Amino acid sequence: MRKVVVLAKQVPDTANIAADAMKEDGTVNRGALPAIFNPEDLNALEMALQVKEQLGCEVHVITMGPNTATAVLKHSLYLGADKVWLVSDRKFAGADTLATSQVLAKAIQHVGDVSMVFAGRQAIDGDTAQVGPQVANLLDFNLVAFATELKSVSAEHITVARDAEVQTEVIQAPFPVLITVSHEANSPRYPNATRMLKYFRDDIAIPTLDRETLNIPEELCGLKGSPTKVFAIKNIQLTGGAHQMYEGANDGIRALVRDIVKDYTEV
Amino acid sequence: MKTIVFVERNPVTGKMRDVSVEMTFKAHTLMKPLNGQVVAVYVGESLPQQHENLFKYGADKLVTALHPELKQFQAMPYKRVLENIVKAENPDIVLFGATHYGRELAPLISSSLNTGLTADCTQLYIDNYKDKGKILFQARPAFGGNILATIITPDHRPMMATVREGVMLLPEDNKAVNNPIRMDNVPFEFKKEWIRSKVLSVIPKAEKVNLGGANIIIAGGAGVGSRDNFNMLRSLAEQLGGEVAASRAAVDFGFIEKDRMVGQTGQVVRPKLYIACGISGSVQHRAGMEESKKILAINTDPDAPIFKIAHMGIVGDVKEILPIMLKCLKEEA
Ligand SMILES: Cc1cc2nc3c(=O)[nH]c(=O)nc-3n(C[C@H](O)[C@H](O)[C@H](O)COP(=O)(O)OP(=O)(O)OC[C@H]3O[C@@H](n4cnc5c(N)ncnc54)[C@H](O)[C@@H]3O)c2cc1C
Ligand SMILES: Cc1cc2nc3c(=O)[nH]c(=O)nc-3n(C[C@H](O)[C@H](O)[C@H](O)COP(=O)(O)OP(=O)(O)OC[C@H]3O[C@@H](n4cnc5c(N)ncnc54)[C@H](O)[C@@H]3O)c2cc1C
Repeated sequence: MRKVVVLAKQVPDTANIAADAMKEDGTVNRGALPAIFNPEDLNALEMALQVKEQLGCEVHVITMGPNTATAVLKHSLYLGADKVWLVSDRKFAGADTLATSQVLAKAIQHVGDVSMVFAGRQAIDGDTAQVGPQVANLLDFNLVAFATELKSVSAEHITVARDAEVQTEVIQAPFPVLITVSHEANSPRYPNATRMLKYFRDDIAIPTLDRETLNIPEELCGLKGSPTKVFAIKNIQLTGGAHQMYEGANDGIRALVRDIVKDYTEV
Repeated sequence: MKTIVFVERNPVTGKMRDVSVEMTFKAHTLMKPLNGQVVAVYVGESLPQQHENLFKYGADKLVTALHPELKQFQAMPYKRVLENIVKAENPDIVLFGATHYGRELAPLISSSLNTGLTADCTQLYIDNYKDKGKILFQARPAFGGNILATIITPDHRPMMATVREGVMLLPEDNKAVNNPIRMDNVPFEFKKEWIRSKVLSVIPKAEKVNLGGANIIIAGGAGVGSRDNFNMLRSLAEQLGGEVAASRAAVDFGFIEKDRMVGQTGQVVRPKLYIACGISGSVQHRAGMEESKKILAINTDPDAPIFKIAHMGIVGDVKEILPIMLKCLKEEA
């Protein structure tokens, strides 16, 4: 059976950051943020499931992360994934996008005989949108980034629309191909109740791939395999304070309007 | 030191993208103190209009690789051509616009060259780092815009980054660099198998309202309350000679069209005056307007975050304040 892979990442919910999510020193307190399924990876999975419905194929979901990332895999099973893989090893920690792509590419090769890979456009924590293209490069797969619509899929190729800012491009891509999927592409389905009952149990076996199984040299993964380093992180702080308030009544506003006209218009 | 800047053409207008010139000038300011060189590189079918501006803003040389098959951007063939140029030029730094094409192409190249790539940078500077000598420091918003991370690539070359459009400033005309024009067309053999996908059709999007050039922007948010109320903003814009813009909430409520949205997913603007009416000031909105020279906030909530970045403020209801402003304006005129 044809195999397709979805790359899914567990991320802190950065879209709903509350005040206590920031530590005193300006760094992010990951502990205070709920861990969620990276939103656009749900769109990637949805596209894979639609391909499955049209073409018939096996949908594999791969996540690289700590044990807690199995939450993402279980959710994928509820939604309709056939097989899931946790890629986890202490040595994978601290990876930048290049080192992440090394590991994910090896995991996809481990699944074997894959014709399509769907990734999210971007993860909401690292925000780089680089992992998908880098995985495609390592696998020597064809690449289409920023897909906004699944048009059709056949035995040889997939056709998608993609957002190129000033224009929309409809691209027919022969396999093997990696597609990065944007949130505009679809509305992810809800979990299936029967599947939830089946996969909810804590003890369902999720296969784990570590560095040795994947046969990745230490110097290519994790911190060691990462050319980029985070030199500093600062909380984006609002400067505040130094603004001039005007009365919300006639005189205040008149003074304000005078200032505006004087300073910003050529009258 | 040498910096390569990847030049992009807007496929709809045929003009060079703003970010290409913005990066060129930035690269010039980074390279000049080090007696370094800025090499602009263009891959495509024909040169973009206004490419002379690359020299105006500091390119020392423009390397071109032209072929009819490269008319439509496609990541795979562009990667092949560009990778060879980068290898031949052997630069220390390579910059791409953080455009969709740039963000598709740059990671392919960094992966092939096995080097670091920093995404969507808003600040670049060069400084000493430990025993590595001078390296590039690259600051970028991450975590949904909640933090600013400075990323370095200490041990690998080239150091690569994509750069956000509209953030790096160009100098006034009288401070332009005006380098002599120097072009170098590199011959190469185009291989059919580089092209793997077929572009079935290309649909230009309706022309984007360009808020970038406005001196004054009057932006409305959820607090404006209705589509009708936005007419007050329009009148104000007319009187002051400005443009109307909006937050995402205002767009989502249908008060105004999406092409006037400012922010992380909308346009990035830096007018002389930004009037924020009924906008709370979320990180995503601020990402598009906080570089404005002056910000005036009008909001009923004195604790709204927008006041923290505003230079002038009025606590009050936009529906009451704006009519008074309009009346005063008429009287002042
Ligand atoms: C503040 C900060 C800034 C950073 N800046 C950079 C930088 O500029 N350059 C750089 O190289 N690294 C950077 N990193 C590291 C980077 O975030 C990590 O390498 C991360 O593992 C992947 O990058 P991303 O989150 O940006 O993913 P993206 O590239 O945005 O993810 C795109 C898609 O790839 C897939 N994917 C990504 N990660 C996984 C995973 N672990 N498992 C399964 N699928 C996955 C998903 O489908 C996802 O939607 C930064 C990290 C932090 C904390
Ligand atoms: C991934 C992502 C990307 C996003 N991108 C963008 C983006 O590009 N641009 C963007 O703007 N948003 C963006 N958002 C949404 C953003 O998070 C906020 O939800 C949005 O900016 C809020 O808009 P607002 O300030 O108009 O509305 P609100 O936050 O609801 O604020 C309304 C404000 O109006 C004030 N108010 C109410 N009534 C009145 C009145 N009568 N007179 C005066 N003041 C009044 C209130 O006190 C309040 O401060 C994005 C979100 C996500 C998750």
